[in-house]
Formats: sequence, structure tokens, C-alpha cells
Amino acid sequence: MGNVISLDSILGLGELKAPADTPAPAAASGCASSSCGSSDGPADMDPAVWEKVKNHPCYSEEAHHYFARMHVAVAPACNIQCNYCNRKYDCSNESRPGVVSEKLTPEQAIRKIMAVSAEIPQLSVIGIAGPGDSLAAGGKNTFKTFEMLQKKAPDLKLCLSTNGLALPDHVDTIAQYNIDHVTITINMVDPEVGQHIYPWIFHDHKRWTGLDAAKILHERQMLGLEMLTSRGILVKVNSVMIPGINDEHLMDVNKAVKARGAFLHNIMPLISDPAHGTHFGLTGQRGPTAQELKVLQDQCEGGAKLMRHCRQCRADAVGLLGEDRGSEFTIDRIDAMEEIDYDREAARTYREHVEAERAERHASKAAAQADVAETVGTAVDPILIAVATKGGERINEHFGHAKEFQIYEVGPKGAKFVGHRRVDQYCEGGSGDEDALDTVLSAINDCTAVFVAKVGGCPSKKLQAAGIEPVDRFAFEYIEESALTYFKDYAERLGQGAVNARAGQDAVIRTGAFTAKRA
Amino acid sequence: MAYKIKASDCTACGACEAECPNNAISFKKGAYAIDPATCTECKGQFSSPQCASVCPADCCVPA
Repeated sequence: MGNVISLDSILGLGELKAPADTPAPAAASGCASSSCGSSDGPADMDPAVWEKVKNHPCYSEEAHHYFARMHVAVAPACNIQCNYCNRKYDCSNESRPGVVSEKLTPEQAIRKIMAVSAEIPQLSVIGIAGPGDSLAAGGKNTFKTFEMLQKKAPDLKLCLSTNGLALPDHVDTIAQYNIDHVTITINMVDPEVGQHIYPWIFHDHKRWTGLDAAKILHERQMLGLEMLTSRGILVKVNSVMIPGINDEHLMDVNKAVKARGAFLHNIMPLISDPAHGTHFGLTGQRGPTAQELKVLQDQCEGGAKLMRHCRQCRADAVGLLGEDRGSEFTIDRIDAMEEIDYDREAARTYREHVEAERAERHASKAAAQADVAETVGTAVDPILIAVATKGGERINEHFGHAKEFQIYEVGPKGAKFVGHRRVDQYCEGGSGDEDALDTVLSAINDCTAVFVAKVGGCPSKKLQAAGIEPVDRFAFEYIEESALTYFKDYAERLGQGAVNARAGQDAVIRTGAFTAKRA
Repeated sequence: MAYKIKASDCTACGACEAECPNNAISFKKGAYAIDPATCTECKGQFSSPQCASVCPADCCVPA
């Protein structure tokens, strides 16, 4: 690895070192997965599909630890009204879909992409997600942007997000511009349910309401989905979980979209606050709790593959998922820049490095998993672990600096990422804030342990008092391997009666005003 | 007869401009406006004025 640039020098991730007990890839025996020792991707995935998704942070959970996305807000117009959206609202401190600080022309978008790609080598994907619908108003700005971009930066993946109403009209154009990732927001497959989510749609030169609107939207969504998947375009389906309206129904949505070839299903919690001025916000419709969301996601396992790492980012978000560097790239700053050359040498080096690291990781994870399966057996229930990380799938963030915690479920079957929890920054300018610590505790209340690079004495005591074990002995090591090592030790302590199982706890999903900025 | 855009409620999303069958809507000095000379209120063209039907802020109204 001597000639490979270190991840640190590109990312500033802190100390980079291999996990202490990582076997050399060739020595990994007893490996259960066919992907062992290679970067071929999961055993259940077509290699051609893996090639498309492996560097896409939204389509691959693994990739989201390494690669960054950028949304360009060139599509402000929309063709439907959703009860969870208020298009009059715009706030720089708000992190949720449909919100932007600046709308861009396609030309401005290209300049912004050039500026960002020069500074962020992890950038692999350019998406258009609104702030309205990318295909409303004829999709004019969306396709103009992609047409220019395809010529200027052919190595960047293109993707777009839509409510699906206009989708069937644009599938040929989507294929023409090599947009091989499309997200459709599908909240229902039954118009009876849909009429409570969509007050109106604009279709065929007419505003439709009620059941008629939901019926048309549903038919267009299903048609668009089928047209895309029959052309081999990967489709992710986003669904907003609205308790009491479509929560149980989303299991039917999962089956329906799987049957039509959707690659991934992303069930997201409703973001609802009276201050947003949305219909649901004003009527007091609540969002789900963390456990309600996880239970629904778990019930959908076995159907369309679930995405659990979505950060519900803004239509102008820039950076790794969970961070937003959009404010570093304002129109004023970009307009003031001289002509920017498209140079992706750093990005190429970074991608090579990630490829090599992934191959090693697949082997070390499999070895750790085999060890747990052998020593623990299957009698111990899985536990949840909260992790403070700033990328690279390492435990490399201080407890007090964490803007979110990634949640891993670890048990006899292995360790997997199951979600994330946003939190206020506990540590502001060196001194801890009591209320903020309570926010963190309620956000990770269903976890047995929290893995951190470092944690102060006071929050450490509070965590222990709340029954959550603070763990800093895996600082800067890989998350999954550390989680498995911890689980092995936990199972032993459980057997000795030295620790109690933490079952039946729930946690709060934080959705208030907050933008994760790079520390 | 023509429609107008209430500037105070407009989010400048441009949905109306794309739907207008008469190209009567344009973006000038930071705001969308309807040219009363070319606006027909979509009479004889569609069942309702297209700008008002698509507007998310309901700000396209009779002048």
C-alpha cells in the first residue's frame, strides 16, 4: 500500500490504522460470504448492478461511508401538492427535502458542480431532487443540466428524483442521458390511502383532487416504475411513513414495488412541525418514533431491499450523507471564481484507495462474524449500538462533536447498519450543554452501547446512569468489526449475569431545525 | 380579461410559465408577471386557466 495515498491526507479523518486483529485477506478462512476477499459486492447482487451502485452513497449503504453526493436545485416547479410539503417555506437552518437556499439555472449548476468536484474528491453523484419535481415543467432545466454535465464530467453518476406523475412521458429522455438511478416517491398503492396524502395534482391540463387525483398519480407511478425497470434503470422508491395514514400500508407498497422491479425501498419518517406550515404540521399529524420506523422496516425485510441510511437531505445538499457543505458553495462565491478546470486526479486516487480498503474489509468482517457465530452461538438476542463517526466506516468522532449517531444492530448473524439519529451538538465551544445531552440520550435510548473516539467524564457518567455503555476502546477502528468484538464480550458478560439485556426501549427521531455542517 | 400574479405570495417556481399556452408569463426583475395583452384566461383553450391550476401558492388570480 506504499504508493497509495492515505485516506487521511484526502479526508482528514484522523489517525488511519488497520484494526488490530485484522487477518490478511488471503488468510481469512471459514469465510461465509462469497464476496470474501474481493470487492465483488454482496452475494445476492448481480455484478453489473453492483458496478452501478458501489460508489453511489444513496444506493449502497457501504458506499455512503466513502462517497459524497451533490444535489443541484434547478427544478423549483412542482406538479402535485403533498400534505407534508410547503413550498412557500425556505430556511437555511432546515434540513429536509424540498428546502433550498438558492435556486440555480442549469449554467450556474454546472459551475457549482465544477467547483465542488475540485474540492471534494469523494464526490461521485450529481442528483436533481427539486426543490419541486425534477420532471415538472417538462423537465427542461433538469435535462439541460444533465446534457451539459454529461459532456463536461462523464465520470459523475447522474440521478434524479420525482413524484412519478410526469415520469412515463420522460423515460426515453432519461435513458438517453444515461441517468441510471431514478428515485420515485411512492407513499401508497391504494387511492383510498392516497387521498389523505395528496390534496391535488396537475395532470393533462387540469387540477384533479381527492380520489381521482390519487388514482391518476398511482397509475402513473406504477407505469413509470415498470418502464424504467424494463430498461434496466435502477429505481429506488422513497416512502414517507405517516402514522395512522399509511404506516401499515407501506408493507403493501414494498411488495408492489418489488414486484415491478424496484431495486431499493427507502422508508423515511414524516417530518412534521407546525412551524413548517405544512398541512400535516398544522393538523398535528405526528411522525413515527425510532422503534416504530425500525419495526416497519424489519417487517418489510425479505421484500424489496430496504435503504436505512437516508438522511432526508435538502435539494441543494453537498457532501457525504450526514454532512452538508452547501453553504461553502454559494452562487456569489461561485460567480466570483475564475474558470474551473475539471480535474479529477484526486478523485481517481481516492477511488483506488477505497477499492483496496473495501477488499480488505470484506475479509476482516467475515472473519469477525465467523468468530462470533462460533463462540456465541444463536441464543443471544441482537443489540443496538450507536456510533460516533465522520466517515470511512470508522469510530472516529468525539461523543460531544457528533451531529448524528449511526445505529448498528449486532448479533449472532453479524453486524449491520440499521439507521441513524440526528442530535444537537452536545459540545459547543468546549463546554457541554445539559439539555443537549438529554437530546442525545433520548435519541439513542434504545442502544446498549455508544462507540466513540473519545468521551468526557461527565457525559460518560450520565450515559452509564441511563444504561448506555460508553465505549472508547475501539477508537479509530472499523465499526462492524468492533461491534462484533464488543458483542462477543457482551454475550459473555450476559452469561455471567454481569450485564442486563436492554429490551423494549424506544428513541426519539429528531426533526427540528438543524443543518449538519462539517466540524 | 386577464390574470395576474400576486407577487407577495409567489415562490418564483416557474410552474405557471411552463404551462401557459400563450407564452404570456415571463420572469422579469426577479419576479414572474403575466402580460395582460396576451393572456386569454385560457378561454377556448382549456377548461381552466392553466397558471392558476398549477400554482402551488394559489397566487394566479383574475386581474
